[in-house]
Amino acid sequence: MKNIINRIILSLGLLSMLYVIESCKPKGPAAVTTGDAASKVYVAPGQYDEFYNFVSGGFNGQMAVYGLPSGRLFRNIPVFSVNPESGYGYSEETKPMLNTSHGFIPWDDLHHPALSTTKGEHDGRWLFGNANNTPRVGRIDLTTFRTVEIIELPNSGGNHSSPFITENTEYVVAGTRFSVPMGDNRDVPISSYKENFKGSISFIKVNPETGRMNIEFQLRTPGFNYDLSRAGKGPSHGWFFFSCYNTEQAYTLLEVNASRNDKDFIMAVNWKKAEEYLAQGKGRKEKAQYAHNVYDERTHTATSTIMNEVTVLDVMEFPDIVYFIPCPKSPHGCDVDPSGEFIVGSGKLAAVMPVFSFGKIQTAIANKDYEGDFGGIPVIKYESALHGEVKKPGLGPLHTEFDANGNAYTSFFVSSEIVKWNVKTLEVLDRVPTYYSIGHLCVPGGPTAKPHGKYVIAYNKITKDRYLPTGPELTQSAQLYSIDGDKMQLLLDFPTIGEPHYAEALPASLIKDKSVKIYKIEENEHPFAAKGEKMARVERKGNEVHVYMTAIRSHLTPDNIEGVRVGDDVYFHVTNLEQDWDVPHGFAIKGATNAEILIMPGETQTLKYKPLKAGVIPFYCTDFCSALHQEMSGYLRVSPAGSNTPLKFSTGDTGGQK
Amino acid sequence: MKKLRTSTRIIIAVASLAMISALYVPLWQILMWAPQYPEGLEMKIWIDNISGDVKIISALNHYIGMKHIEVSMFPEFGYMKYIVLTLMGIGLLTALIGRRIGLVLFAGLIVITGIAALVDFYLWGYDYGHNLDPTAPIVVPGMSYQPPLIGTKQLLNFTAFSGPDIGSWIFVVIGVTIFVVLGLEIFKYGKAKG
Repeated sequence: MKNIINRIILSLGLLSMLYVIESCKPKGPAAVTTGDAASKVYVAPGQYDEFYNFVSGGFNGQMAVYGLPSGRLFRNIPVFSVNPESGYGYSEETKPMLNTSHGFIPWDDLHHPALSTTKGEHDGRWLFGNANNTPRVGRIDLTTFRTVEIIELPNSGGNHSSPFITENTEYVVAGTRFSVPMGDNRDVPISSYKENFKGSISFIKVNPETGRMNIEFQLRTPGFNYDLSRAGKGPSHGWFFFSCYNTEQAYTLLEVNASRNDKDFIMAVNWKKAEEYLAQGKGRKEKAQYAHNVYDERTHTATSTIMNEVTVLDVMEFPDIVYFIPCPKSPHGCDVDPSGEFIVGSGKLAAVMPVFSFGKIQTAIANKDYEGDFGGIPVIKYESALHGEVKKPGLGPLHTEFDANGNAYTSFFVSSEIVKWNVKTLEVLDRVPTYYSIGHLCVPGGPTAKPHGKYVIAYNKITKDRYLPTGPELTQSAQLYSIDGDKMQLLLDFPTIGEPHYAEALPASLIKDKSVKIYKIEENEHPFAAKGEKMARVERKGNEVHVYMTAIRSHLTPDNIEGVRVGDDVYFHVTNLEQDWDVPHGFAIKGATNAEILIMPGETQTLKYKPLKAGVIPFYCTDFCSALHQEMSGYLRVSPAGSNTPLKFSTGDTGGQK
Repeated sequence: MKKLRTSTRIIIAVASLAMISALYVPLWQILMWAPQYPEGLEMKIWIDNISGDVKIISALNHYIGMKHIEVSMFPEFGYMKYIVLTLMGIGLLTALIGRRIGLVLFAGLIVITGIAALVDFYLWGYDYGHNLDPTAPIVVPGMSYQPPLIGTKQLLNFTAFSGPDIGSWIFVVIGVTIFVVLGLEIFKYGKAKG
C-alpha cells in the first residue's frame, strides 16, 4: 500500500516537473497588436489614405506605391524592368528607356527611392530610384507616376549608395559599391585590386525646371566599397557623407577579409569645393560610354542617346575635397539628422553606434586634427569628430530615420528590432521587435529637414510564419508602427511585392491634386498618332506596314485589315481617342511574341507584330473599357509572302457580306 | 399717355444693361451622375456655344443612338445674341422715351422670349431624346431619353438634372424687377397721379 502511494506521489511529482519545465520554455514571438490598432489603420471604403508610401521593389526592378496607414497597394511603377502588363519595355515607344551601353536590358535591382526636395523638404515633384546591377538612376514624374528618364552611370559597379539628393535637388548622387578598374586598360588581374581598382561617385545635376539629369562630374575615389550615403542639410549643406567598407581592399571572401579592420570610414565630401575646382577647369574629360534615355510626354516616345564623355575629378589630386572619419566595423547606414548637424554611422558589426558632429568635423579639419592619411586623404581623429556613442543599442544596426522631435529610429537586423533613441542625449528610449530581421525603415519625411512623423514602417527580410504559407517562396512584408506616443506601437503587417529595400513617404496632399487624368489629344505629337477616326489608315512602306489605329468605346478603327503578308513587320500604332478619366484601352493580337500595350486616354503606343503564318488573326481590346468591351475586336488577314491581296482596311463596312 | 417716373426709368435702363451679361455667362446647365461618374458630368449652354464634358456625354450617348452633340446642331447659337441685344435695345428705348406703354411692351417681350426659349429647348430635347439611331448597340423598347426641361430625371444608369444657370437667373431677376416696377407704376403711382 505504501508502495502504491509512493508511486503515485512520484508520478505526480514527475508530472508537475514536466509542467514547470514546459512553462519555462520561452514563448514564440506571438506578439499581437494591442489596444485600438485596427481603428488606427482603418481607412473606410471611398476614403483616402493620409500618406503615399513609395517602396522599392528590389529584385523586381519596380517601385510600388502604397497608402498609409492602410497599407493598400495602388500601383507598381515599372522602372528598370519590363512590364508586359502595360507594354513598358515592349512597346516601340518605351523600348529605348531600357537601353544601355550594353544594349537593351530587361531587368534590374531597385533599392532606394529618393523624393525630390526644396530647402530640404519634400516638394512632391520627382521620385528617383537606382538600378543596382547595371548602374543607372531613373526619374519618375509624380504627376503621371511614370518613369520619364533613365541615365546610365559609367565607371560604376553595384550602384548602391544611390540615389541620394542634395537639399534643393541640385544633385542626385550615386556612389559605386564595387570598385572596378577604370580608364583604358580594364583587362587586369583581379589580384591587382589595390593598384588598379577605383571607386567613383557620380554627381548628376538635375535641371530645376524640367528635372532633366546629366552627369555633371564624377569623383574618382580610393578603391573600396561605398555603401550608403546622405547629403548634408542646413549647416552641412554643401557636404555629402558616404559609408565605406572593405577598407582592407579585399577582392575575395569579403565576408572574412573585409571584416578585419576595427574601423572603416565615413567619407565626408565637400562638393561645393569640387564645384570650385570644376569652375577652374580642373576637371579631366574622360571617354566613357553611357546611355541617357528620356521619355517625351508630347510624342509619348522615349529616345536613347549614347553619351561618350564624362568629367572626372580625382580626389587624390585635390585632397581638400574629401576627408575620412573612422567608423567602427563596416558601416552600412550613414544618416544625417533633420538639423544637418549629426551624422549617424551604423557599423553593422559594431557594439556601439557613433554619432558624429558636423561642427566638430569642421573644427578638426581647421585644426588639422588628423590621425594619419589613407592614400593621401586625411583621416580625422575619431574622438575629434565624435558627438558621442549610443551604447548597447542592439545587434546589427543598419539604417536610421528621424522624427521632428529630435528622436532617431534605427533598424537592427540581427536583433530584429527598431530602437528609438534621442539624438542629442544618445539615450535609448524604446525598442520594439520586428517580424523578422528588418532591413530599411521609413518615417514619413524621415530623411528631410522637416519630418512628417506619425509612423515608422519596417521593411523586413524574413516573414516565415507571419502569413499563410505559399510554398518555399513567401511574401515580403512591411510593418507599420505608431510613433505618436512615447512607446512605439505595432499597428499593421502588410505584404509587399518584390523585396522592399528603402522606402519614402510623403503626405498625399503634396501630390494628389497634381495627378494627371488624361493626355490631351490635341497635344499628342506622336508621329504615328491618328487623332480622329478619319485619320485611321494603313500604309505600306516596303515590308513595313503601319496601322494608324484608333480606339474609342467600343471599337477599333480600322477593325478589318487585309493585304498584310507573311514576313511583313506590322506596326500597330494605337491612339486612344478617349478624353475621359480612367478609360484606358488595351491592344493584343494573337501570336504576338512581345506583350500587349495599354494606352491611356489621348496617348499613342505601338506594338510591333511579325506574322509568321497565313490566316486571319484576331485582335482585341484587353482593358474592360465599357459595356460593349467584348465587341471591341477585329481581324487581320495575313496572306502568304509574295501574294497580291490588295491592302484594304475598314470599320463597319458590311458591303462585302453575302 | 402715362409717363414713367424717373426712378422707374433708371431701373429699366439698369435692368436692360444687365442683359449684356447673358453674352458672358452660361445660361443653362445639364448635370449627370452615374455609378461610374460619381464626380458628375456637366454641360453648360451659353448664348452661342456649349461647354463642359460634351465629348464624354456624346461618347456615352452613342450607345443608345443619340446624336453627337455639336454646336452646328443648334441654329439658335447664330441668332440668340441678337434677340438678347434687341430686347436690351427695346428696354433702353423704353427708359429713354419713358412711356408706360413701352414698359408694358418690354415686360411682355421678356415673358415671350423666356417662354419661347423654354419651348425651343423642349423641342430640341424631344428630338434629341426620341430621334434615335435604330442601329444603336443598345435599344430599349419604348425607352426615350429626353432630358428633363427643368428638374431631375432618371435615364438608365444616369440621373440627369436640367436647370437655369447664372445667365437665366439674371434674366429672372430682370423680369421680376420689370414686373415689380410695372406693378408699382400701374397700382401705386398710377392711381395717385390720377
